[in-house]
Amino acid sequence: MPDARTAARATGGISRTLLLAFACLVMAAPFLWMAATSLMGQLEVFSSGRLFPESPLWSNYPEALTAQPFGRYFLNSLIFATVVVAGQVATATAAGYAFARCDFPGRDTLFMVFLATMMVPAVIVLIPRFLMIDALGWIDSYQGLVSTELVSVWGIFLMRQYFRTLPRELEDAARVDGAGHWRIFRSVALPLAKPAVATLALFAFIDAWKNFMWPLLVTRSMEMRVVEVGIAAFHSTYEINWPYQMVAGVVAALPIALLFLFTQRYFVRGIQLEGIR
Amino acid sequence: MTREPRAVVLKGVRKRFGDVTAVADVDLEIRPGELMVLVGPSGCGKSTLLRLIAGLEEHDAGEVWIGDRCVDEVAPGSRDVAMVFQSYALYPHMTVAENLGFGLRVRGAGPAEIGRRVSEVAEVLGLGGLLSRRPGQLSGGQQQRVALGRAMVRDPGVFLFDEPLSNLDAALRLQTRDEIAALHRRLGTTMIFVTHDQVEALSLGQRVAVMDRGRVQQLGTPHEIYRRPANLFVAAFVGSPPMNRLRLARDGEGRLAGGPFVFPGSSPHPEATLGVRPEDLTVAVVAPPASGPPPGSAGTRPGPHPSPEFTATALRVESLGSEQRIHLDGPDDAAWVARAPSALRIAAGDRVDVSVAWQRTHLFGPDGSRTGAAPQPGRGSHPGTPA
Repeated sequence: MPDARTAARATGGISRTLLLAFACLVMAAPFLWMAATSLMGQLEVFSSGRLFPESPLWSNYPEALTAQPFGRYFLNSLIFATVVVAGQVATATAAGYAFARCDFPGRDTLFMVFLATMMVPAVIVLIPRFLMIDALGWIDSYQGLVSTELVSVWGIFLMRQYFRTLPRELEDAARVDGAGHWRIFRSVALPLAKPAVATLALFAFIDAWKNFMWPLLVTRSMEMRVVEVGIAAFHSTYEINWPYQMVAGVVAALPIALLFLFTQRYFVRGIQLEGIR
Repeated sequence: MTREPRAVVLKGVRKRFGDVTAVADVDLEIRPGELMVLVGPSGCGKSTLLRLIAGLEEHDAGEVWIGDRCVDEVAPGSRDVAMVFQSYALYPHMTVAENLGFGLRVRGAGPAEIGRRVSEVAEVLGLGGLLSRRPGQLSGGQQQRVALGRAMVRDPGVFLFDEPLSNLDAALRLQTRDEIAALHRRLGTTMIFVTHDQVEALSLGQRVAVMDRGRVQQLGTPHEIYRRPANLFVAAFVGSPPMNRLRLARDGEGRLAGGPFVFPGSSPHPEATLGVRPEDLTVAVVAPPASGPPPGSAGTRPGPHPSPEFTATALRVESLGSEQRIHLDGPDDAAWVARAPSALRIAAGDRVDVSVAWQRTHLFGPDGSRTGAAPQPGRGSHPGTPA
C-alpha cells in the first residue's frame, strides 16, 4: 500500500509540474515572441513559420530607440507613474483609514458609493475627464496627465480592508496614550500598513506605467508623450514597423519585469488581499 | 512617581450595544489609592465598564468621575488614566523604548524628559537590556512588563488593567500578580483590575466587585465576598470548586428541609437554597462491618465522627497534593464536592459519612439573595441517614 501511495503521489507531482510548465509556456510565449521579433528584420517578421530570427539584428535596438525621443518618453512615464503612486498612496491610505476606523454619519453608504464606481468601465469616464481637463486648460501638461489619476477606489478599498485587520487594541492604547485620529494614523496605523502600502504602490506604478489611453488622449506634443504612446507611434496608418515596436515593447516591459522580480511577494499579497482585480 | 491617587466614581452608568445591555446602571466608588478588582464571567460587562472609565466607550446614561471632575466629555488621553490591555497592545513597529515613550511624545515631552522617564521605568521593571528590541523579540512576560511600563511612565492618577495576566502561563501569572500587588503598594495609585479569574480577584483586590449581566452583584473585601456572598450568583461564581447547593422547602412541621437536611436556622421564605462550601463539609469513610475485611486500602475516618448528616458514595477523588477534592453523589441527586486533607485515605466507590459545619452554611431566598439567620454552632440538625 505505501508503494502504491508513493507512486500515486509521484504521478500526481509529475502531472502538476507538466501542467504548470505548460501554463508558464503559454504565459511566456507572447513575451518570447516579442523579444524574438525585436531582433528580426522587417521582412523576416512575415516569413512563414519563423519564430526566431535567423541572425539577430541587435542594431534594431539603437535604431528604434533613437527613431523617437524615447529618453523623454521614459522620463515622462517615470514622472507620471511616480506622481500617481504618491497621490494614490496618500489618498487611499487616508481615506481607507477613515472608512475603516473613523465614525462619521453615512460612512458605510459613502463607501458603498465609492465601491459602486468600480463597476463603471473606465472608458465611460474618459470623455468627461478629458472635458474637465480641457476646461482647466491642462491638456498636454503634467497636471492634466496626473490629476485625475491621483485617487484609486481600488486602493481605498485595499487600504480599508487592511486597516480593518489591525488590532483595535492598538488604536485604543494610542488613544489612552493621548493620540488623536491623525496621530494614530500617522504613527501607528500607517507604519503597520507597510505591506499593503507596498502592494498599492506597486499596482499603482504598473497601472500608470502601462496606461495608454489616458496619456494618448490628454497629451499632444512629443515632449509630453509617455512610453506606451511612443510604442504605438511606430504603428501608423501607412506603416507598421513591427521589429521597432517590439524593441520599444521589450524596453518598456523591462522596468516592470525587474519590479516584479524584486517585489513578487507584494504582488501575491495584493492578489490575496482582494482578488477582484 | 509620587502622583496623588484619584478616586473613580460611577454614578448610574449604563451602556447598551444594540439590544444588549452591557452595563446596567452601575454605581461604584473606587477610593483613592485602592486596588479594586472587577470580576465576573465572560460578557458580564466588566471590561466594558473599564473601557467606559478609560473613555474608550461612551456611556448612554450616568456619569463617570475621576478625581474631582466629571470626565464624560473628556478624551481618553486627557482622563489621567493609563491602561494595560489583555493583548498588551504594544506597537509592533516600535522598540521597547519607543513604546514606553510614545505617550510622553504625544504629550509633547522633550527627548531628555522622555529618556529620563523611560530609563526610570525600565530600571524599576528590569527592562534596561531590552530597550532597543521590538515587541516581537520579547517573551510574553517581557511584553507584559513593557505594557506595564508604558502605563507607569506617564505617572497616571488611575491604572486600568484589562485582564493583563490571561495570556501568561500559570507560573508567570502568579509572579506578575505579585509584581502588580507590589507595584500598588509602592506607588499607592488607584488601580482597577478586571479579571474573570476569581482566585486572581480575591488574592489581588483590596475590594472586589463581582459582576454579572452588567450589574455589580456584590462589592466587598475578598473575605466578605467569599464568606458572606450576597446572592446565589456570587456564591456559585466565587470559590473553586463552587459552593454546593440544595433546594429546601417548608415541611409539614414548618421547618426548611430538603434531602437529608433540616435547616437549623430561620428563614422568612417558604423555599430557599442551602449553600455549603466544599471545605465546610467533613468527610469520613464509613467503617466496614466488624465481620467484613479489615479496613485497608480505603482508609477510615481519622477519629470519632460527629453526627454525620448523610452517607454518600465517593464518585471521584482528585488529589491536589495539599488536599483532596471528593466528588459525591450528594443529597437530592445533586453532585457535591467536599475538600478533605490529603492524609485521608479514600478512593472512588467508598461510602462516606458527610457532616456539615452549619454555622458556616448560607441560605438564599427564592430570588437568589442572601437570607435567613446564621445557625449557631452546635445547633446542627439532621434527621439521620437518608434512604
